Amino acid sequence: MSIATSSVASSNPTPPSAAEEELVENTRADAQSVGIVQTKFVDLFCPPNELVVTNGARLGPVRVAFETYGELSPAGDNAIFVCHALTGDAHLAGKRRADDRKAGWWDELVGPGKGLDTNRYFIICANALGGCQGTTGPGSVDPATGKPFGLRFPFLTVGDIVQVHAQLVRHLGVKKLLAVVGGSLGGMQVLEWASRFPDEINAAVCLASAARLSAQGIAFNCVGRRAIVTDPNFHSGDYYDHPSGPNLGLSLARMVAHITYLSENSIEKKFGRRLQHSEQLNYELMHETEFQVESYLHYQGSRFVERFDANSYLYFTRAMDYFNLADAYGSIEKALGRTNARFLITSYTTDWLFPTIQGVELMNALVAARRHVSFVELTSPYGHDSFLLEVDPLAELLTPFLEQTLLASRRKSQS
Amino acid sequence: MSPKSEERADRRYCMPDPLAKLTDETIVAQISPGSRVLDLGCGNGRLLNLLRESHGASIQGIELDRAAVVQAISQGVPVICGDLDRGLQGFPDGSFDFAVLSQTLQQVRHPRMILREMLRVARRSLVLVPNFGHWRVRLDLLLNGRAPVTGSLPYEWYDTPNLHFMSMRDFRDLVNVVSGRVVKELPLIGGRALEHAWAANLRADSALYVLEHA
Repeated sequence: MSIATSSVASSNPTPPSAAEEELVENTRADAQSVGIVQTKFVDLFCPPNELVVTNGARLGPVRVAFETYGELSPAGDNAIFVCHALTGDAHLAGKRRADDRKAGWWDELVGPGKGLDTNRYFIICANALGGCQGTTGPGSVDPATGKPFGLRFPFLTVGDIVQVHAQLVRHLGVKKLLAVVGGSLGGMQVLEWASRFPDEINAAVCLASAARLSAQGIAFNCVGRRAIVTDPNFHSGDYYDHPSGPNLGLSLARMVAHITYLSENSIEKKFGRRLQHSEQLNYELMHETEFQVESYLHYQGSRFVERFDANSYLYFTRAMDYFNLADAYGSIEKALGRTNARFLITSYTTDWLFPTIQGVELMNALVAARRHVSFVELTSPYGHDSFLLEVDPLAELLTPFLEQTLLASRRKSQS
Repeated sequence: MSPKSEERADRRYCMPDPLAKLTDETIVAQISPGSRVLDLGCGNGRLLNLLRESHGASIQGIELDRAAVVQAISQGVPVICGDLDRGLQGFPDGSFDFAVLSQTLQQVRHPRMILREMLRVARRSLVLVPNFGHWRVRLDLLLNGRAPVTGSLPYEWYDTPNLHFMSMRDFRDLVNVVSGRVVKELPLIGGRALEHAWAANLRADSALYVLEHA
């Protein structure tokens, strides 16, 4: 697959524009698109069988927004679940309406003949618990009060998110997934899935992720949360019936986080010291978008608040901070040694949020646990975002990996 | 073989590489069924796949070349894309029954470190090395004054991946240095692996060593 790379992949010094608002743009030919898709909804964990989250609180019903692509095989053995990262949603690929400007967030990877081949596999993606894109979260109405949960929503962990995903998969009639795939926070979900439901997956694909968030990662999340909760419009999380939420705080959180997704090199190449509006420096202190990179970050921040809920951001970043496989299961080796699933792990040379050493740690634990593991550090200039952008080198690994996993699982079920 | 190397082969001795079939068979014969095996520099995973299919081995490969890594994954072989010269630090002691290093030791920068690491992570190590003590190599050097080259690696001395030239006797020195013990020495002579061969250091193109920690 050749076709164009996304806009950020270009080194041309173009100023930030609407066309650049997202890192992943749909640039593949239509023939390789899943076409028009519809987000579906299902209510799970209906009382009295509520979800019991990690801290013991009960939650139900839980509405889940999800999309599926491709067909489930008669044997039900070709299902792949994709876990989205911090700000993703269920809309993985295709368009919801023909005139949508943008396709789903991983459209370059998911479709007929692509790395996650919808001609061969049944792909599922769902908005995570606590999200704001259709699945029950802090912005949903609490049936007990008739008002949005806000901060009364139960404290969430990656384990709670995966519990809901797994329930959705069972609801769809899949007993064992061919694979669960995800990057970053999605990769943490993959690892949790392998540890928590070891017999319900045949393979785990974990990209640009780790068995725990680093101190540096927690630190950046802390700044983001601080920006939100100190925004005068935060109102202790009960901002839903106010004209405006903590938009400034949320956009500031996004600006900081966005820097951590890029690399020193990519941001230098993309913007350098170029000015946004003129050829010369203005010598004006309050001119906040003097440099192109400033303008870009402001734009990223302001677009983000249009689609994301500040409370969801608080819950998700906290779930990320708390994630620690070794704590929960004794050691990474013990956690991942519970499953017989095959692992494919990637890291990226310029990712400083989830550096290669964390991927190596996972790989070493899997070797120690005598599991089937393939690990590749991919060369990419795009920092943490590489896992979304470097679609072709990923597909090159993913395609044979999934093919062989399916073959092995079919051989096993025949014998 | 490129025309250039054929031409060169006319006037200088080119050490034949043992056939993959021979090395595979020789190595597989040393591995007990059901073992946990690490192949360092596993290439496309051919040997590991064979071990899994015929020996029910639990397998793991390491390979530097990305294209070969993709080929290994395409055979369902688990493989870590990595540089042997960066060591196996993360692997626990004794986590493998066997570690295999075939036709690779002469190409790594730090053979001593690799050998030490193999002896650490595996109960037994199988190392296949070319024998630059072969009489044709010696004769070529004596008569023509030319350094040795190997068959599948028809490189000139200045761009060869072979960083180290050793004979069977030399290799034994290294085994001593890393506190290893030679359990078995199998010289490959005339397309066969021989358990007892006279003047092996003169006659063998390569040799397989079975090593343990002393």
